[in-house]
Amino acid sequence: MNYVAHTKEDIQQMLSAIGAKSIEELFKDIPASLRAKSFNLPPAKSEFAVTQALSRLADKNATGLVNFVGAGFYDHFIPAAVDALSSRSEFYTAYTPYQPECSQGWLQAIYEYQSLICELTGLDVSNASLYDGGTALFEAMMMALRHTGRNKVILDSGINLIYRTMLYTYSSNLSIEFVEIPVVHGQSSREELYKYLDERTAAVIFQNPNFFGAVDDHSDMVEKVHQCGALAIASVYPVSLGILKTPGEMGFDIATGEGQSLGIPLSFGGPYLGFMAARTALARQMPGRIVGATVDSDGKRGFVLTLQTREQHIRREKATSNICSNEALCALRAAIFVSLLGRQGLIELAEHNYQKAEFAKETLSRIPGVQVKRSSPTFNEFTILLPRHANEVVHRMIEKGFACGFPLGRFYKGMDNYLLIAVTEKRTKEEIRRLADSLEAVL
Amino acid sequence: MNVPGNLLYTKDHEWARIEGKTAYVGITDYAQHSLGDITFVDLPKAGEELKQSSFCATVESVKAASDVYAPLSGKVTGVNSKLAQNPELINQSPYDQGYFFMMEFSNEAEKAKLMDAPAYQKYVEGLAE
Amino acid sequence: MIQIPLIFEQHKQGCRGFTYGPLDVPAAKSLDSKYCRAADARIPCLSELSVVRHYTNLSRLNFSVDTNFYPLGSCTMKYNPKFTERVAALEGFAQLHPLLPQLAGGGMLAQGSLEVLYETEKLLCEITGMDAFTLQPLAGAHGELTGVMLIAAYHKDKGSRRKYIIVPDSSHGTNPSSAAIAGYQVKVIPTGSDGYMDLEAYKKALDSEVAAVMLTCPDTLGIFNPQIKQIADLAHAAGALMYYDGANLNALLGKARPGDLGFDVVHINLHKTFATPHGGGGPGAGPVGVNKELIEFLPISRVIRRSDATFALDYNHPKSIGYIAPFYGNFGVILKAYAYILALGKEGLIQAAEIAVLNANYCQARLKKYYELPFEKTCMHECVFSASRQVKNGVHALDIAKYLIDQGYHPPTIYFPLIVKEALMIEPTETESKETLDAFIETMIRIAGLAEKEPSAVTASPVHMPIKRLDEVRAARQPDLRWKFQE
Repeated sequence: MNYVAHTKEDIQQMLSAIGAKSIEELFKDIPASLRAKSFNLPPAKSEFAVTQALSRLADKNATGLVNFVGAGFYDHFIPAAVDALSSRSEFYTAYTPYQPECSQGWLQAIYEYQSLICELTGLDVSNASLYDGGTALFEAMMMALRHTGRNKVILDSGINLIYRTMLYTYSSNLSIEFVEIPVVHGQSSREELYKYLDERTAAVIFQNPNFFGAVDDHSDMVEKVHQCGALAIASVYPVSLGILKTPGEMGFDIATGEGQSLGIPLSFGGPYLGFMAARTALARQMPGRIVGATVDSDGKRGFVLTLQTREQHIRREKATSNICSNEALCALRAAIFVSLLGRQGLIELAEHNYQKAEFAKETLSRIPGVQVKRSSPTFNEFTILLPRHANEVVHRMIEKGFACGFPLGRFYKGMDNYLLIAVTEKRTKEEIRRLADSLEAVL
Repeated sequence: MNVPGNLLYTKDHEWARIEGKTAYVGITDYAQHSLGDITFVDLPKAGEELKQSSFCATVESVKAASDVYAPLSGKVTGVNSKLAQNPELINQSPYDQGYFFMMEFSNEAEKAKLMDAPAYQKYVEGLAE
Repeated sequence: MIQIPLIFEQHKQGCRGFTYGPLDVPAAKSLDSKYCRAADARIPCLSELSVVRHYTNLSRLNFSVDTNFYPLGSCTMKYNPKFTERVAALEGFAQLHPLLPQLAGGGMLAQGSLEVLYETEKLLCEITGMDAFTLQPLAGAHGELTGVMLIAAYHKDKGSRRKYIIVPDSSHGTNPSSAAIAGYQVKVIPTGSDGYMDLEAYKKALDSEVAAVMLTCPDTLGIFNPQIKQIADLAHAAGALMYYDGANLNALLGKARPGDLGFDVVHINLHKTFATPHGGGGPGAGPVGVNKELIEFLPISRVIRRSDATFALDYNHPKSIGYIAPFYGNFGVILKAYAYILALGKEGLIQAAEIAVLNANYCQARLKKYYELPFEKTCMHECVFSASRQVKNGVHALDIAKYLIDQGYHPPTIYFPLIVKEALMIEPTETESKETLDAFIETMIRIAGLAEKEPSAVTASPVHMPIKRLDEVRAARQPDLRWKFQE
C-alpha cells in the first residue's frame, strides 16, 4: 500500500509538462557513485497483514497486571471524550499554527491550555508545551542561568533520578556547577540547602511531591533562595495540584512537570507532555511556542503565535531554546481532560488518589514485616520497607498478577529493601486488599 | 529619511548625541524603518561598562531581532525606562523620545571612528542598491 | 462564521463534565492544610456535551491534511494513514507502563514493544545506511541536540576540544540553535550564486577547531548538491564529523542514503518522511543514527536481541552520553512509523520519493513562467520560488499566502529559506493527486495575474475566514497569554 493517487497517464502528462523523459531523469543530480548501496527492505504488506502482525506484538506485552507502579508516570483513567476529540483529524493532521487565519481552532485551544496550566500551577504565564517533564526541567534551569547570569545549580535529591540524569547529560558540555542536597525523613534538608545556597547560585530545583511521594511546603526555602537572588524551580505532578499548595503560592518562579497524568496514555514512555509556567517577568526567557490573544483588522478577538523572536526560526543560535516541534496534541488532550473534569472533578481526582493511597498504607501496614514510612505526608505514592530485597518481592508479585511497585534500590543506594507504591483512582478497594494478601503470601 | 546634523553615527545604524562627557544613544530612523513596528527592547543596566562596537542591547519587531552595539566605550548612566511600556517611541521619535540610554563615554578619541551626518547619509544611500 | 467563546467564558457553576463516583475506601484524615492550596483552581465547569461541542467546533476552524492541500515546504505534510492510529491505540501498546521492563523479572512484560523498537532501528539503519540508531529523541530538533552531543562526546573521547560547528546560511534555525545549546559556537557559510554552499568559504572556515558540519540534503532550496561527497571528504580530512539534518529525507528514499554520502550522524523526522501526523505541532520523533565510530556514545538504554530471540534493555555503555529522554522515545509515534514502513515496503518507499519529486518538479515547471525561480535546477521534493516579481506591484509572499487561505489552500512555507527574498517554498508530497496540484497551480497563476491587474484583491485577503489579518504587533507589545478572571 503506498497512498499515491497517480495513474500511469498522470505520470506521463506530468513528465511531459516538466520536459523529462522519465522519473529517473529527475534524480540526475545524484551521481551514480552516490546512489544507495543497499535498500534491502521487506516487500509491501496489506493494511490487514500489518495490523495483524502488530496486534500480535501488542498481545505479547503484559498490560493485564494490576498496576501499582508510578515513579512519575501514572495509570490514570482517561475519559472517552478525550480520545474522541483529540482524534479529530482537523486537529491531529494539522501542522504548527503558523498561519493564524486557518488555525484559529488550534490557537484558541492552546491559549486555553496555557490558561489552564497557569490556574493549576498558580503562576502567570505558560508556554504551548515541551517534550516531557525532564526536558522541561532542563529548559527551566537554562532560563535561570540566563536570567541570573550565574552558573551554580542546587538540586534536591528528591527529584526523580531520571530527570537529574537528564540534566547532567544535557549539561555535559556546559560549565554548570551542580550540588545535590539530601532528602532527610522524606523531605528536603533545609540545613544542607542553606549550607550551599549563596550569591553564585542561579537556581534551586525541587520536586513536589518528591520522588518518594512526600509533599512539602517549600515556602520557607523559596524565600531564602530569593534572598540570594536565585530562582526557585519546582517540578510538579499536575494531578496533585487539585488539592496541593501550588508553586505560585509557595513563591516559585518557574514550575514544570510531566503532563502525562492529564489524559495521556502511558504508551511505554511517550509521547508525553512537558509543561512549564512562570512569572510574567520571565515570559521572554521561556522556550518554545507561546500563543497570545490579539484582534484582527475588524477588532475581533483572535489568537496568534507570539513573542516569536525568542525562537530558533528567528533568533537561530541566540534562541532561548532549539525546540521546534512540541507536544501540541498531548497539550490538547490535557486541556480537554481538565475541561471535562472541571473544578470539582479535579479536586475529586486528587482526593481519590490521596485517600486510596492512605487506605493502601493502612492496609499494607498490617502485614507482618512490612513497615510503611510515615515520616512525612504523601499524596498518592509512598514507600514501604520490606524484610527482603524488593527485587525478589517484585518478581514474585508479577507471577501473582501485580506490578506491585518500583524498587527504590534501582535509583538509590542503600534502599534495596524499599518499594515505592503508587495508588491512583483506578485502583479499587478490592485490588488494594488483594495486593496486601498477595504481598503477605510472598513475604 | 531623517539624519540630524548634530549626531554621530555607526555602520550598524546607532547614533550618539554628545553632551559634554555624556552620550545619548539610540538607533537611526533608517534602522527603525527597516525593522518595522518595534515590539520590545532589551536595554543594558545602569552602571554597566560598555566597549565600543560591542553588543549592548536588543531591539525586536514581530519577526526579527537585531543586536545593538555601543557607539562608544564607557559606563551606562541611565536608560530610557519609557521604552519598556512604549517601544513604539523608537518608531515615532528615534532621535529624541526613542533614545535607548545615556552613557559617560571614556575615550574621546573613539569619536573619530564614527560618521558625521553627511557621511552616514552617503553610507545609507550606498546600501539602498 | 461566528466566533467560539473561550471555554472559560462558558463556565457554569455546578455543571459537571465528568465524575469519579463515590470513594470506595473509608475516608482518612485530610491532608494538613499547610500543604494544601488556599483556593481551588478556577477551572471552568461544563457538561460533557458542552466540552465536546466546544472542541469539535474549534477543530473545524483548522486547515489540516485531511481537509486541505497543505504544501508547507520543509514539513512534508503527506497523508497520515488511518490504520497507524488504530495500531498505536491497541491496548497492549497504549497501556504499557514504561518502567515495567526495568523491574526485576519484568523483562518479559514488554517483549512486544521492545521488538517494535529493535525492528524499527534495524529498518532505519537500512534506509539511511547507518550502523545504529537511538529512537529516544522526541522531535527533530531534539535529535539534532542529541546528535551534536554525540559529536562532542566523540571528540572529547579523542582528546580534542573543538569549539565550532559549521552550518550553511540556508539551514533550518534549529541547526545553529541546537549547536549553541550543546555548547558550540556557530560558523555560517554563505550560499553561492549557483545555489550551492560556497565551497571556497567552506574550505576557509574548516580548520582543526571545527567539530562538525551540519547539512540538510537535499538542501532547503530543494536541491541535491552533487558536491556533497567532496564536502564530506574535506570535513573528514579536517577531523570534523558530518551531521545530516533529515528533514528532507523523503526525497532520497531508496535513491541515496546519508551513510553512503559520508554522513556520520543522522536524524530523521518520523513525522515527516514516515507519515506520522504532526498533531498541530507535535508530537514528533527524531531518531538519530550513527556510524560505527559513535555507537558507544549513544544514549542509554539500548534495546538488544538476545540469543534466545527475546529482547532486553542494555545499560552497560560506560561511554554513553546518558539519558536524553525519560524512556525509549515517543513510542506511540515510533510505532506508527514502523507500521507505515511495513505497509509501504521497499517499492512503496521508493515510489514515495519518486512521486514526491515528480510532484514538486511539476509545480516548478508549471509555475516558473509566473514566479521568479531564483535557482533554476531540477528540484527534489520541494521547489522554492520568490515573489519578487509580485512585490513590484505591492504583493508580498505574505499576501499570496493569505489569498491562498481564502481559496482553501494551506499556504507554502514563506520567508524561508532566509537567503531567498520573499520565498515561497512548495512541498506537495507524493500523496497529492495531479488534479489537486492542477487546481492549486491554477490558483497560483490566477494570483500572479491579480498581482499585475488588481493587487488589492490579493493584499486585502483573507476575507472568507472567521477572522481577518491579526494585529501581531499588539500581540507582541502587550502580551495577553492567558485568560484573566474578572473576579
